[in-house]
Amino acid sequence: MATKASRSAARVMMAPAVILLLGWMLVPLTLTLFFSFKKYLPLRGDKWQNGLEWVGFENYSRFLSSSSFWPAVTTTLIIVLGVLIITVCLGVLLALLLDQPMWGQGVVRILVIAPFFVMPTVSALVWKNMFMDPTNGLFAHLWRFFGAEPVAWLSEASLPSIVIIVSWQWLPFATLILLTAIQSLDSEQLEAAEMDGAPALKRFAYIILPHLGRAITIVILIQTIFLLSIFAEIFVTTGGAFGSRTLTYLIFQRVLESQNIGLGSAGGVYAIILANIVAIFLMRIVGKNLDT
Amino acid sequence: MGRITLSKVTKRFGDVEVIPPLDLEINEGEFVVFVGPSGCGKSTLLRLIAGLEDVSGGVISIDGQDATATPPAKRGLAMVFQSYALYPHMSVRKNIAFPLRMAGIDKAEQDRRIDNAAKVLNLTDYIDRRPGQLSGGQRQRVAIGRAIVREPAAFLFDEPLSNLDAALRVGMRLEISELHKRLATTMVYVTHDQVEAMTMADKIVVLRAGYIEQVGSPLELYRKPKNLFVAGFIGSPKMNLISGPEAAKHNATTIGIRPEHISVSATEGMWKGRVGVSEHLGSDTFFYVHDTGLGTEMTVRLSGEVEMKSGDTVYFTPDADKIHRFDDKGLRLE
Ligand SMILES: Nc1ncnc2c1ncn2[C@@H]1O[C@H](COP(=O)(O)OP(=O)(O)O)[C@@H](O)[C@H]1O
Ligand SMILES: [Mg+2]
Repeated sequence: MATKASRSAARVMMAPAVILLLGWMLVPLTLTLFFSFKKYLPLRGDKWQNGLEWVGFENYSRFLSSSSFWPAVTTTLIIVLGVLIITVCLGVLLALLLDQPMWGQGVVRILVIAPFFVMPTVSALVWKNMFMDPTNGLFAHLWRFFGAEPVAWLSEASLPSIVIIVSWQWLPFATLILLTAIQSLDSEQLEAAEMDGAPALKRFAYIILPHLGRAITIVILIQTIFLLSIFAEIFVTTGGAFGSRTLTYLIFQRVLESQNIGLGSAGGVYAIILANIVAIFLMRIVGKNLDT
Repeated sequence: MGRITLSKVTKRFGDVEVIPPLDLEINEGEFVVFVGPSGCGKSTLLRLIAGLEDVSGGVISIDGQDATATPPAKRGLAMVFQSYALYPHMSVRKNIAFPLRMAGIDKAEQDRRIDNAAKVLNLTDYIDRRPGQLSGGQRQRVAIGRAIVREPAAFLFDEPLSNLDAALRVGMRLEISELHKRLATTMVYVTHDQVEAMTMADKIVVLRAGYIEQVGSPLELYRKPKNLFVAGFIGSPKMNLISGPEAAKHNATTIGIRPEHISVSATEGMWKGRVGVSEHLGSDTFFYVHDTGLGTEMTVRLSGEVEMKSGDTVYFTPDADKIHRFDDKGLRLE
């Protein structure tokens, strides 16, 4: 795209895609903003055709002052952070293991990646019924085998349970990205470090981990974007009860259970703001990490 | 410090024997060059000495101590890799400091050694840069710096110059030779380039498929190649090898004559041929002579600027006492 002609041709050809994407984003965003300033309770007879009552920032202040708002934000952050920590740590470990030459490497790698292909709803159901069920779950049997009282995972430890389920889903992604990063490490660097007198742990700390820095930031960035909006896992397991209501889930309840579209839309705008704060924060780190 | 002895050292990768049993003595302070075509096992041999590969058999001893099972870090050897293997996320200073840090040497001593190495290798101006911001030659110097500060018993180099351009290579070659003069530490240097071997070595080890073909000083190898392989490998341009009736006249299966040991005349000489391509280097001129009636084309090297046209007929004569004779097994006849 060097010449003026090719640049303007490129612009013309990209236009449809850009317009489509803009529409795709702008229409729902504008509608959300629009509704968030309106009183809109369909069950109470509010109708689009009759015109909706303008309420200013009332929805916003109500959403914020609701007793469920801050707990929902905290829950969201706990889940995101918990999953990030678990997937990155275990992902690095697994990637190190999978990088070792071993028998049946291909099959093992495919098996490790497999959870990523299971739909969130399905995997959450499997975890709920097969593993975490307090009477018939595998964990309950295991606990009883050791003479312990089975844990009612989803009600007594709902947050850790959800973190475990979501981590299980995202671990393959982290492992995959980190494995390719490890494989791109020049083996001569490790050998040089070995000759320089660095034992295995120090080689990990001084050579492998810095080399993985970039891949880890990418894993964190991508996962955060998706984790901020997890929904199916909560819907299927706890239904938002037992302190597992995230911001996304709270919005869902406001819109669909209480049928308060205005309030839900205001929540949606808060979620957008939160996501952007996190994104800017992450972009800073990534930017620092990516330009070396 | 720095005497390395290999006895009956063997290396197999699975069923493939890359290094058959091999004996070699590397003396204190010597500059030893392993030279041979690609894939002949030079790097493998160096890595065996370094301890980065385990031997399949035999004994490696360093300064009289059996080091066969010693881990690489404990052998007191420093290695410079072909890819330089610098740590990309550390500054030049941190790179050079790394082995000292691992050895737990105190900060003042670290700084003294680093500054010293930086001065010797002209690294001072970019000591705080990252490897990614350096040129190939500078990276090479950092890699050497990282090796020097450890004050090792011996340096191991694996084709350190092969990623540099030709002019830089000549410069670095000189620098490494000077470094050897100054430090007087044993150096083991791997290359596939016979020019590097000839110019730098005290002792050249010519390898082919893991076998040592000949060990000797550059001039020994040049004057008395033990066999056809060494004869063909050492010297540039290559030795002319003639077999058949002309060789039989000298009671040999093959005779060899170096391009620089042939004199040329327009009117008379032992052999006659037609000039093909000529390469003018200024200081020297190489001719490729065809239709010699010897069963092979000949390379002739004349010093200075010699004008000769393609297609000219020339007569040429070998120096009688510079003819190498080889038997039917390719071994040298005295
Ligand atoms: N890790 C390895 N596994 C199997 N074969 C190897 C390995 N390393 C080297 N080889 C083989 O050993 C031979 C010698 O290799 P190398 O020492 O690297 O040659 P050079 O450095 O002389 O070019 C080659 O044929 C190569 O394929
Ligand atoms: Mg090699």
